[in-house]
Amino acid sequence: MSMLKLENVETFYGNIKALNSVNIAIDEGEIITLIGANGAGKSTTLMSVCGIVHPKRGHVYFQDQDITHYEPEKIVSLGISQVPEGRRIFPQLTVLENLDMGAFLRKDKKNIKNDFDEIFTLFPRLAERRTQQGGTLSGGEQQMLAISRALVAKPKLLLLDEPSLGLAPIIVHQIFEIIARINRDNGTTIFLVEQNANMALKIAHRGYVLQNGVIKIHDTAKNLLANEEVRKAYLGV
Amino acid sequence: MDYFLKLLLSGTAKGSIYALIALGYTMVYGIIKLINFAHGEIYMIGAFVALLVGGTLQSAGVNPAVILVVSTLAAVFFAAAYGLTMEKIAYKPLRTAPRLSVLISAIGMSMFLQNLVLLSQTEKYLSFPSFLPEFLFLKPIRGYINSTQFIILIITSIVMVLLTLLIKFTLIGKAMRATSQDREMAQLVGININSVITVTFIIGSATAAIGGILICSYMGQINYYIGFIAGIKAFVAAVLGGIGSIPGAVLGSFVLGWTESLGTGYISSDYEDSFAFIILILILTVKPSGILGRKENQKV
Repeated sequence: MSMLKLENVETFYGNIKALNSVNIAIDEGEIITLIGANGAGKSTTLMSVCGIVHPKRGHVYFQDQDITHYEPEKIVSLGISQVPEGRRIFPQLTVLENLDMGAFLRKDKKNIKNDFDEIFTLFPRLAERRTQQGGTLSGGEQQMLAISRALVAKPKLLLLDEPSLGLAPIIVHQIFEIIARINRDNGTTIFLVEQNANMALKIAHRGYVLQNGVIKIHDTAKNLLANEEVRKAYLGV
Repeated sequence: MDYFLKLLLSGTAKGSIYALIALGYTMVYGIIKLINFAHGEIYMIGAFVALLVGGTLQSAGVNPAVILVVSTLAAVFFAAAYGLTMEKIAYKPLRTAPRLSVLISAIGMSMFLQNLVLLSQTEKYLSFPSFLPEFLFLKPIRGYINSTQFIILIITSIVMVLLTLLIKFTLIGKAMRATSQDREMAQLVGININSVITVTFIIGSATAAIGGILICSYMGQINYYIGFIAGIKAFVAAVLGGIGSIPGAVLGSFVLGWTESLGTGYISSDYEDSFAFIILILILTVKPSGILGRKENQKV
């Protein structure tokens, strides 16, 4: 079943075209990665899905529903959550309050407590720091909090923007393991934007390569890892 | 020492009223980064509504306690409605406009509301009857603090405690803080920015109206122009404390109240209104971010 579909999406910042006729299709349960250089339009793609910017042309479908012009809160309520680039923790809110914000739209207030406990077993570090302000956490802890904040919304589709950015390699491994686990255990569909193409393609099922706002290649992750062009440009081999 | 204590207490009473107005400034600034120059007018309108409702009830011979409650509720309700409407008409259409455009819109709104009251009411100073009761137990210390000042202190303390609880512990309070820290991220977790802004304006306007009633009972008179000077002073208090910071607004208000009171007591009462501006100039040159304000740089 189709989870997310971008159809000829064109997004502008002022007069500058950031995305040029982008087509992406994600099925339920998949991990899809979008790789590309700085400024290729990866974050814009995610923001176009979330309704922070609205595409000028083309359509975004979520479970066959046209969400192109929906407001962000409506899109979150349908089941799309984003872990944005740079983590964007609310710095003066405590860890718990950050999670509260993640669960802002949840109606089943009773189950939230259980979900928080689950998060705290997944990330014991966050449990230790639950009353600490978000801004005082280390980069890796902030990334874990950002992922947790998105998860407590119980999304069907999780968007991750450069979760490896600025983190130590060992933490990056942990984060990617967790992403794969979220997909495996909860069946959450994952749309992963990464510059670290090597790591991303290892956990992804399929991948898209974005260059200057245009999708250049799309293939299975395995083929992309073997693709000569991709290896040269993005894998540094 | 006696004289000093007296001045300090009257400064505290004044400062707590400034705080009620400054809170609205600082909360709105925190959320939409706008200095809402029409905020003083909301306070003035709140006081006028209280005067109209209270005066009518008084001439009908209603019990003073009932007058106080009913006129306060009416003032809070009208002020909140004005604040809400103002936001929808003057600021919401400019949500993505440059900040200067919104600021000009705010100044325009301020002039419009002043003139609205001028035309619909009067340009004269009206006497504002004190609806506040006299407390007999304050008689022995009357030289230091009178009943009106006492009530001002009690009511502002209650309002501030309630506001702190709301902002600290309720979901909407957390959403307000989240929105002021990172608006786009707040949208990404599903917070409706427009509702948060609406709630902020309602709360700010309601506390301003309470401040309006209290200060008019204290001063005993009212005029369409009182919002301007009170608004400017509360603005100074908010900047002094660090605009966007709620404890900062309260602290700044007390510092301003004490400065004014001690300044008029020891220097000259002719300069009463200029102390605020002296403070404003000092704070802007020495520490523009205010006492408790944060510099606007973010950790990436």
